[in-house]
Amino acid sequence: MDTLTLSRLQFAVTAGFHFIFVPLTLGLSILVAYMESRYVGTNDEMYLKMAKFWGKLFLINFALGIVTGITLEFQFGMNWAEYSKYVGDIFGAPLAIEATVAFFLESTFIGLWIFGWNKVSKKVHALSIWLVAIATNLSALWILLANGWMQNPVGYVLRNNRAEMVDFGALLTNIYGWLKFGHTLLSGYVLAAFFVMGVSAYHLLKKNRIDFFKRSFGIAATFGLVASVLVIVIGTFHAERVAITQPTKFAAMESVWDTQKGAAYNLLVIPDTENERNAIEAIGIPKFLSWLAFHDWDAEIKGLKEFPKEERPPVVPVFFSFRIMAALGFLFVLLSLMATVMSGKHNLEDSRWFLKVMLFAIPLPYLANQLGWLVAELGRQPWIVYGLLKTSDAVSKAISVPQVVASLIGFTLLYGMLAAVDIYLLTTYAKKGPDDDLSAILKVSRNQEV
Amino acid sequence: MEFQIIWFILWGTLWAVYFMVDGFDFGVGILHSFIGKTEGEKKTIIRTIGPVWDGNEVWLVTAGGATFAAFPGTYALMFSYLYSALLLILFALIVRGVGLEFREKIDSAGWKRGCDIAIFAGSFLPALLFGVAFGNIFQGIPMDATGYHGTLFKLLNSYGLLTGVLFLLLFIVHGALWLAVKTNGDLSRRASSVAGKSWYALLVVAVLFLIYTAFATNLYANYLANPVWFIVPVTAVLALLGIKLFALKGSYLGSFYSSCLTVLTVTFTGVIGLYPNLIPSSLDRNYSLTIFNSSSSPYTLKIMTVVALIFVPIVIGYQIWVYRIFRQKLTADEVLKEGESY
Repeated sequence: MDTLTLSRLQFAVTAGFHFIFVPLTLGLSILVAYMESRYVGTNDEMYLKMAKFWGKLFLINFALGIVTGITLEFQFGMNWAEYSKYVGDIFGAPLAIEATVAFFLESTFIGLWIFGWNKVSKKVHALSIWLVAIATNLSALWILLANGWMQNPVGYVLRNNRAEMVDFGALLTNIYGWLKFGHTLLSGYVLAAFFVMGVSAYHLLKKNRIDFFKRSFGIAATFGLVASVLVIVIGTFHAERVAITQPTKFAAMESVWDTQKGAAYNLLVIPDTENERNAIEAIGIPKFLSWLAFHDWDAEIKGLKEFPKEERPPVVPVFFSFRIMAALGFLFVLLSLMATVMSGKHNLEDSRWFLKVMLFAIPLPYLANQLGWLVAELGRQPWIVYGLLKTSDAVSKAISVPQVVASLIGFTLLYGMLAAVDIYLLTTYAKKGPDDDLSAILKVSRNQEV
Repeated sequence: MEFQIIWFILWGTLWAVYFMVDGFDFGVGILHSFIGKTEGEKKTIIRTIGPVWDGNEVWLVTAGGATFAAFPGTYALMFSYLYSALLLILFALIVRGVGLEFREKIDSAGWKRGCDIAIFAGSFLPALLFGVAFGNIFQGIPMDATGYHGTLFKLLNSYGLLTGVLFLLLFIVHGALWLAVKTNGDLSRRASSVAGKSWYALLVVAVLFLIYTAFATNLYANYLANPVWFIVPVTAVLALLGIKLFALKGSYLGSFYSSCLTVLTVTFTGVIGLYPNLIPSSLDRNYSLTIFNSSSSPYTLKIMTVVALIFVPIVIGYQIWVYRIFRQKLTADEVLKEGESY
């Protein structure tokens, strides 16, 4: 293998692994902040216990998100030096702004939240978790504006042998980046909702702390329902944007080989890359694909054959990742709709089959999130910046195969261990259930001000 | 003033502040198993940096991001040339973070010992390697038209190692003083005694460093051209002596502030000497990476300047506020009583 393949693998491992933790952080921070605010508003200690219990799971996950995030800030320079030189003028800015505006905020106030129970007033304490929640979401915005630029480069000119920024406003208002932000954020909310519902289902199945977990389940169900509907709505706008700006990615997502007007949407498709056709194409909905892409029943969809072979993304992984992700998206709406209805009932704890489904559904949004990223990043190939710079021209010249082999093995082993620790800690603390002893955090917090 | 110069100052400031704030985290991480005799003391020592280490580390991320945005040419070459060294630092920082955050999460002596080793290694390695990296940057990197001609082992040359040891001792003294300030009684006394003894080693290494720098690097050229800048290294020396002076008067806080100033001025001593280079070439100065030949466009620098001038003061403001909230000294009794509250 060459340094290009190895560096791509390493980026996939490190970014994919980091992205296990990010979606839960995005959604759970909001849920915990909501729970603590309810406590501040109502003085009902049940909400405080909820903020503490879910907050503890949040922190385990958050710590791993932070430590695996540092790698990403540096590996553009380490493995993708040619990329960094070529686009740093415009791509570096959102990354630096993310660190300055968002990363500082979340990292500083998480410390206050963890250790500040007795140090600041209830309101300031709740404010600190809101600041963490806002900062993590803001962090995602800057990262996705950066990624949105790689997908749909705007606001630059080619000058001095590189892409130079000439319109920061265009970068900020890049609709591709905003749709990606909305879609990613909401998928994180869905994941967090299913995480909370799944863990609650585990305890309800055991008839453990029924009141506590029913209330948690109910909050997550509503949150999950709104998020899972919106993630599809934004997802369709996002797909439309892909069809307009990245025709090769869209063609791969739907495995369309021949350019056609009024294209049908086939429910059953098996791509055959070698023969540039689909081995199976069945159960078609006439003209529906054209409508999905351009909201026009007769619009023309460009097929993959329109583009030279070396400019097409790998069809099979992109197509299947997209299909499975989309199917899961609809499943999430169905499940959270059921969850919302069921959580209104008094005997939720007796609906054992449904609770089991929700328990085993915990990994599904994780899968959907990873698949979504595969579509976004593999679908962009062979470009690192769509239409502007090829991935093969972006890799560092100064690194050697043994170096990258060593780092790839190192990352895989280290991250493998972190994954084991994460799963162990999350299951241990999730099974343990809430702590009733609030004495350590309540001894002075009731009337103390900063 | 040209934007490149503004960003050179900011670049130096980000590194200097990073070393000042994460420097005592490194010192604490290196020393905690040696100064802490009991489990309660170890927990107390780690707890002193618990609320702040994460926010401190972001200064590094921002230094990296700012290098990318303002000097992409340097970002690209520096990090790909120093690939293996940087990788070791990253692994170490990951291991340290996990050790610090998860030490109290599993109640087993074996797990805690494992975390203690992780915290030690994850603090010792970056402290040393950052010094080695900056030492090599000070003396120049072997690069020319055909690229980079160094290896990880060539970085471990005598001047690089000396700078590494300088950083290590600086952070050990800095961390020990932080502990002396943040704890009480016997623990605090033990920490200050470690600071006091390590200080002599630091003094010797600092003098060696200042002499060796004249032979191994070109850093003094800028000072000889503009002697007014000597005020920075002179302040560094005075601050270093101030550490001892305040300690003798029994003021740990004064001593700690002196070590803060020492770290800042030592970093700036190097940075001023580098100007206008970010990374000099040791082979051919035409291939040095300067703030002019590796910078972003004026437009990008202008936008980044506006962002930095608005947000960096805000960050400093709320970080100081959080430090003030946690300003109280910690005792082992209190920390143990806190139990699992976090």
